[in-house]
Amino acid sequence: MIPHFLRILLAQIAQLLSGASVRWVDCQPDTCQRIYFANHTSHLDAVVIWSSLPIAVRAVTRPVAAKDYWAAGPIRRYLSEKVFNALLIDRQDIKVHQTPIQEILNAVGDRYSLILFPEGGRSSGEEVGEFKSGLYHLARRRPDLELIPVYLDNMNRILPRGEFLPVPLLTRITFGPPMWLEQGEHKQAFLERARAAVVRLRDL
Amino acid sequence: MDAVAWGLMGGVVALLIIATVVVNLLRRRLPDRLNPALLENISSRLRAWWLLLAGLAGALMLGKTATVVLFFLISFWTLREFITIAPTRPGDHRALFWVFVLATPAQYLLVALAQYELFAILIPVYAMLFLHARIALSNDPVQFLERTAKIQIGLMICVYCLSYTPALLTALPLDPDGYSPNVRLLFFFVLITQLNDALQFAWSQLPSRHYIVPNINPARTWEGLLGGAASVTLLGALLSWATPFGSSWVAAGMALAVALAGFAGGITMSAIKRDRGVKDYGTLVEGHSGVLDRLDSLCFAAPVFFHLTKLYFHYVPFAAG
Repeated sequence: MIPHFLRILLAQIAQLLSGASVRWVDCQPDTCQRIYFANHTSHLDAVVIWSSLPIAVRAVTRPVAAKDYWAAGPIRRYLSEKVFNALLIDRQDIKVHQTPIQEILNAVGDRYSLILFPEGGRSSGEEVGEFKSGLYHLARRRPDLELIPVYLDNMNRILPRGEFLPVPLLTRITFGPPMWLEQGEHKQAFLERARAAVVRLRDL
Repeated sequence: MDAVAWGLMGGVVALLIIATVVVNLLRRRLPDRLNPALLENISSRLRAWWLLLAGLAGALMLGKTATVVLFFLISFWTLREFITIAPTRPGDHRALFWVFVLATPAQYLLVALAQYELFAILIPVYAMLFLHARIALSNDPVQFLERTAKIQIGLMICVYCLSYTPALLTALPLDPDGYSPNVRLLFFFVLITQLNDALQFAWSQLPSRHYIVPNINPARTWEGLLGGAASVTLLGALLSWATPFGSSWVAAGMALAVALAGFAGGITMSAIKRDRGVKDYGTLVEGHSGVLDRLDSLCFAAPVFFHLTKLYFHYVPFAAG
């Protein structure tokens, strides 16, 4: 009950703080299983994307976040586990039989969608960095998931790397048209195409 | 609020209802004979006026403090619209943080406390000194003057100038028995700025168009400026019964000053938008106007109106009733 109210409250606060205007370009909000992949410049990115989704979609969408940040301290742990229902990935301690990809696949099941940041870490915000291969492996193992590119504008100015106090500027979130892994498409080509799909949204 | 203020507000509500009904009827009856962009512009102005009226009426009923808080929130929002389109560098982050959480609330706190000597210098002097020193401390000299200038002008227009509007309530003691003359003053001022925007817009729709600054704003014409200023001056004179000014000449003069300052605000903010290559402040989405697009004229006219009124009542004592 409490997490439920917190969920709505925090989503409202996040929307107010980020002043986000949300655009869906050739794409509509849907509860079908999807992977939202976005550029990554601030710790608030996942929360901002998550809160910009309609409530029904939000309920089945889990941000994939770094365990070293989101499990540090009781408040962050509570928020990520109970409120955002985040999927925490250990970046340091990767086991042979339990790869992050396998963990994510297990957690997705036939119900959940994901928010993930294929750059792996936060960039300075000027350019979208190279994508790590995780998105490719997920797309290969679960070809039924819609891959939705997302571009976050201005988050690097709200809470840049290395800062802990946010400046309340306005953001813009753009959701783009779904894409899939093509038959026989190579990893590098696919990752380039996915990155280009995100960058394209910046200039729309 | 007294009977006069209520009457004035009732009149404005009636005007807005009529305008809303007419515009909606036009949209429904003649959808293809009218320019849809023009109708959309008018509808968006009407929505903004309803919001402004509701906020202002509610705040004025609750009292001085609520009105100061309302304008604080508006300043905060317009400043974030302004800084969003102004390019800043990572080195400005800490300075910007203090601009939002310290300078802006402090200005409105001083307005609420009626500390005229302090709120008149806080941002032009002390926020300015702090801002430049703080950005120098960030150890990033690239485009130093451009960066500080952008943040400083944002603070001046969105916070400092706008804060003179609620200062009409707190920092201009007219009547020792209460502040209802100040409520009328503030309402008259906001009404005149908005009528000025509307009338300049209406007059510039005339077929004869002599552009003033076509590179900066392709909608501002001499016809709009002169026609708008003349009609607002006349309206100011006609509304003088609702103001604390004793004569309709003074009310007309004040309205004229507001019209000219409002025009100056409009073209200045257009110049900034042109420079940044955006059409509107606000949502970062093409075609949606921000709060600052609607209040640019108010920001410029507020200090002008405040100081002229202060000067006037310095020489001509306020006569109640």
